[in-house]
Amino acid sequence: MSETPDQIPIFPLWPGRALRLAPLRPLQLGLNRFVARLAREHPKMFRRLGEHGAKRFEIDPVDLPVVILLEPREGAPRVTLARATQPHDARIAGPLAALLGMVHGAYDGDALFFSRDLVIEGDTAAVLALRNAIDAAELDLAAEIEALAGPARGMVERIVALAEKRTGVALTRHEEAEAW
Amino acid sequence: MELTVGAVQFFWKPEQWAEFHAELADVPVDRVVLGELVCSKRLPFYQDLIPDAVARLQAAGKEVVLTSLALITLKRERKLTAELAGMGCEVEINDLTALSYLPEGAAFSVGALVNVYNEGTLNWLADKGARRICLPPELPLASIEALAKAGAARGVAIEVWGHGRLPLAISGRCYHSRLYNRPKDNCQYACEEDPDGRPVETLEGQSFLAINGVQTLSDSHACAARQVEKLRAAGVSALRLSPQSKGFADLCRGYRAVLEGTMSAEALVADLIASDPDLRLSDGFIDGARGVDWSGLREPA
Amino acid sequence: MEIVCPAGTPAALRAAVKAGAHTVYCGFADETNARNFPGLNFERDEMRESIARAHEHGAKVLIAINTYPRAGAEALWHRAVADAAGCGADAIILADPGLLAFAAREFPDLRRHLSVQAAAANADIINFYAAEFGVKRVVLPRVLSVPEIAAINAETDVETEVFVFGGLCVMAEGRCSLSSYATGKSPNMNGVCSPASHVEYREEAGRLDARLGGYTIHRVGAGEPAPYPTLCKGCFTAGDKTGHLFEDPVSLNAEALMPALQKAGVTALKIEGRQRSVSYVSQVVRNFRAAVDALEAGLPMPEGMLARLSEGQAGTTGAYKKTWR
Repeated sequence: MSETPDQIPIFPLWPGRALRLAPLRPLQLGLNRFVARLAREHPKMFRRLGEHGAKRFEIDPVDLPVVILLEPREGAPRVTLARATQPHDARIAGPLAALLGMVHGAYDGDALFFSRDLVIEGDTAAVLALRNAIDAAELDLAAEIEALAGPARGMVERIVALAEKRTGVALTRHEEAEAW
Repeated sequence: MELTVGAVQFFWKPEQWAEFHAELADVPVDRVVLGELVCSKRLPFYQDLIPDAVARLQAAGKEVVLTSLALITLKRERKLTAELAGMGCEVEINDLTALSYLPEGAAFSVGALVNVYNEGTLNWLADKGARRICLPPELPLASIEALAKAGAARGVAIEVWGHGRLPLAISGRCYHSRLYNRPKDNCQYACEEDPDGRPVETLEGQSFLAINGVQTLSDSHACAARQVEKLRAAGVSALRLSPQSKGFADLCRGYRAVLEGTMSAEALVADLIASDPDLRLSDGFIDGARGVDWSGLREPA
Repeated sequence: MEIVCPAGTPAALRAAVKAGAHTVYCGFADETNARNFPGLNFERDEMRESIARAHEHGAKVLIAINTYPRAGAEALWHRAVADAAGCGADAIILADPGLLAFAAREFPDLRRHLSVQAAAANADIINFYAAEFGVKRVVLPRVLSVPEIAAINAETDVETEVFVFGGLCVMAEGRCSLSSYATGKSPNMNGVCSPASHVEYREEAGRLDARLGGYTIHRVGAGEPAPYPTLCKGCFTAGDKTGHLFEDPVSLNAEALMPALQKAGVTALKIEGRQRSVSYVSQVVRNFRAAVDALEAGLPMPEGMLARLSEGQAGTTGAYKKTWR
């Protein structure tokens, strides 16, 4: 499928290096605030997960020196950042660009899997549920971050646009989701 | 409970076909289904033998039923199926197409390859004249119970797949032809080499399926011996035994003995395994997590 | 010709309509339809809202209720039919004769299509379904060649709909228990085939093994494309031959056959993929709408579209060409 580009952009090295040294706790706090907002704004996404809402997902952006443990906890989500793998039910690994691009509708998850850009392990049904729930929610992570940023919104928008341009990673949703 | 012998699913040489049905006359079964189920190209090789087999089996007191094909697409196949109704035997439909050719109100049987999953479909078929239905093999005991009950209310006898490789799928494509890279129209009857189907294994050597022309069967032989009491309690009126190239008469006698209570299910299972140490049995569709599961002890491989 | 497009979620339905779908098909979030996958499908309120919106945009919505109702539990399927009528569906897509009889009796004004899961493969059975249950359209099974489709259309007034793109069943649809044999879950009873819940991937040194219900279905080396472990597209051994004995891991692309299908009298072209993403739906629908528009206008098919759609994925025209058999 054409959704899989010839080359998925790899996240630049410097944020990875910075992450390797940076304390994870502040970032984890920020991420938890962020997913708490997602839970408020997108309750249906959690309903779609059904029984899989109680599972633990390890999201592994292979070009970053961290793994993300995502526990939807049926609408009270929790995110844990770690340097090494944690106990989990399912694992999804791929370049950050592939993971974000999938969330933002830039890539098709199946096509990423067929092309081996995405690796799935463990509870395959849970991964499928998560993928479908996120796809149905039509998230725009950058827009959600901007909404959280309050007065700094304009600055965040500019940073996102710049980062997207420099890295080729889909940090925001380009198909307009609203116009029905 | 009664015993029905299903149609031969495989392509046997005419002599083998004739011999098999001649022997059946002396075997304690109640009903025999004759005719071609899988591939219309096979029929010309033995269709002239059918009238003799019918006469012989009827003379031996067996009820004889003629099957339709399982998948009817070609004009020739439609014509063939339409002619079935006029052959003087009850028809077993294995593709609903056959139903469209039966005279209004004619009594008929329904084979295991018609999707009868619920009471609504059973009642519709009963309205059309169905008097016997062999349920799809994948149905679990709870469905069998519900359908046997509905069948009893409508005077429709319910039959269950009792023994033999399970018919899992039917296709437009011939897998025997594909195996030999031949077009289906020039298959050279490759399926004739495998009187019980061509075994299919996984990459790790696990026995899994069997290929039979356009049909795909299970590797394991379904065996309802250990389920007889439950099926009887559910109101099932017959078990269907599916022909195999070796030891079929003994197999029928064994099931008859189990139904009559003169032999235990375990003794039959032990006999079956002793006669073929390579045999794998399954009864998981009836009462297991998966079709391939077996409720009995698995012999060490 | 009408294009009939898949939607597994309200987001995909909207994407399909925006991309030019004349018609969208979808299902309720339960075992009443043949894509009963985790996280997929429509709650009743989502269905009602989505249909209303689609209608505002001039698109039709069909609801697939195409599994075979479970004995003792038919009420769940009957309720789905009633709710489809209540939600304003333009038609329902059914496979089970008992359910067709119910729908024809209780909701005679709700248009009925015969699902591919009924595998109605000749004109006689199609006409029989029309006479028995008032079926107005049949989705043809994927076992027929184009000339056979033309012959069927010459012998019936029932509209025909055929698959042109997406996943391909190798077996006659609705007549396959391979999945329940290996996993206990079947398309007919549970609305799933080779379900994710029974899939296990193991990646070692770049080699990816895919197992289903404990059976190894595929083994691919580093960098090779990974197919989904669908039983009939697995790699097996029979005697001295190892390979894809049933079907290669390919998906259907009959785009090049669209003019022939039009000549064969086909009413609607169906795209498979209710389980696929919004992104997939948008792209495939946009491409097929452009192709069908070009065809209707007598213009050449858009250049290069086939290649773009098939990139990275092997395509087949399946049974539409007789040699497939």
